[in-house]
Amino acid sequence: MLNSIGGWLTDPAHWTGPNGIPQRVLEHLIYSGISLVIAALIAIPLGVIVGHSGRAKWTVSLANSLRAVPSLGLLFAVALWLGPKIASSLAYVIPSVIVLVLLAVPPILSGTYAGIQGVDPAARDAAKGMGMRGGEVLRKVELPCALPLLLSGVRSATLQVIATATIAASISLGGLGRYLIDGLSVSDYAEMASGAILVAALALVMDGILSIVQRTAVSPGLTGKFRNTRDNRPVVTTTARGDASDPASPTDRADDQREALV
Amino acid sequence: MTWVADHIGDILWYAGQHTLLAGIPLIIGLIIALPLGWVARRYSKLYGFLIAGSGLLYTIPSLALFILMPLILGTRILDTLNVYVAMTLYTLALLVRTVADGLGAVPDSTRQAAVAMGFTGMRRLLKVDLPLAVPVIAAGLRVAAVSNVSIVSVASLVGFPQLGYYLTDGYQRTFPTEIIVGIVGCVLLALIFDTVIRAGAWAITPWQRVAR
Repeated sequence: MLNSIGGWLTDPAHWTGPNGIPQRVLEHLIYSGISLVIAALIAIPLGVIVGHSGRAKWTVSLANSLRAVPSLGLLFAVALWLGPKIASSLAYVIPSVIVLVLLAVPPILSGTYAGIQGVDPAARDAAKGMGMRGGEVLRKVELPCALPLLLSGVRSATLQVIATATIAASISLGGLGRYLIDGLSVSDYAEMASGAILVAALALVMDGILSIVQRTAVSPGLTGKFRNTRDNRPVVTTTARGDASDPASPTDRADDQREALV
Repeated sequence: MTWVADHIGDILWYAGQHTLLAGIPLIIGLIIALPLGWVARRYSKLYGFLIAGSGLLYTIPSLALFILMPLILGTRILDTLNVYVAMTLYTLALLVRTVADGLGAVPDSTRQAAVAMGFTGMRRLLKVDLPLAVPVIAAGLRVAAVSNVSIVSVASLVGFPQLGYYLTDGYQRTFPTEIIVGIVGCVLLALIFDTVIRAGAWAITPWQRVAR
């Protein structure tokens, strides 16, 4: 079985043309990229507003409850409803992108919201005390402080989008999912397994890139690496405060507190 | 609505399959995640390795994992074992971290009090640390349950019968009622899982009720 997959993957015929691997990877990245940009343009400003003002929190809970809807169902429902209304070749692309955006918004929104809301009030006050205006506080203090959670939201949205773009091949979207769906329909295991390996590799690579971005973009003042080298006081107070009944998603900052304790 | 009434027997059967495919991996995943999470918490050097390793599992798209399972397990493509193992891996990916973080959130003062009262090793873990971590673990379990119910429906693309069947069949036959049945069924099932886990956590943490 492994030989046939190796054979499929190294067959030169599978590396050229409109059904070639480079073309399919490119399609997958384009659909995912467009969807993520649209989702970020919706979710980040909304998360900032909700987190900053504390109003309209229902948008966050609404977006989160959307996660219980199976993505495959959403995909088929939107494709069946919108597909016939779009006459051009975009009949499959537009419904897919809509669904991908719908799936990418909740993680980015709740990440941004939680990040902005979790900014230490003392940091905010200090910024005001230094004479920063509202917009400046947001840009120079609140957003950098919210970045770890915001980026982990973007990261999980990216994985969600890459995975769902794969199953969108079942409504005739291009991308790497084609190999899986086409392989399934003709029971060609070498094709579907090769596609599955390529999709998994793509997801792992994207996740790796984003984790590097996360590491380099977050200010050293937040990650605790900077603080820990200066003084070795165990941060017992902050950890002991950790409320066991609060199921807030674990953040990178929590990890660093733990490291400091150990 | 008449369609639903005519097919209620089938719908319930598919819902039962769905419950098994999403629920059994949830239980097995929890049983495996408890020791792994404890190890990650106890040996800080292993923490990064275990968390990153289990996290990597979650990055693999579900359809790809379902298809790759026969390659790893040596099963046939339509063997339900593929789905059970794949879903257990996804559950693990979410829960190892939750268990480690839940155990880590036990206040130090509580732990010291337990030590002072003579609790040692395993007994302290089972009688003090683990019960206090229940709320965090239950929260993680709820996330895993909702995500499992949604991911299992994707397995219908490969041909495994569960509520996802109504999604693929409804799309192929251009029959919206079936898609709605599939979506509503999945959402209801996720809601049931969520309620059961919340009720379970509520029942085994009586001190949480006193404190509020």
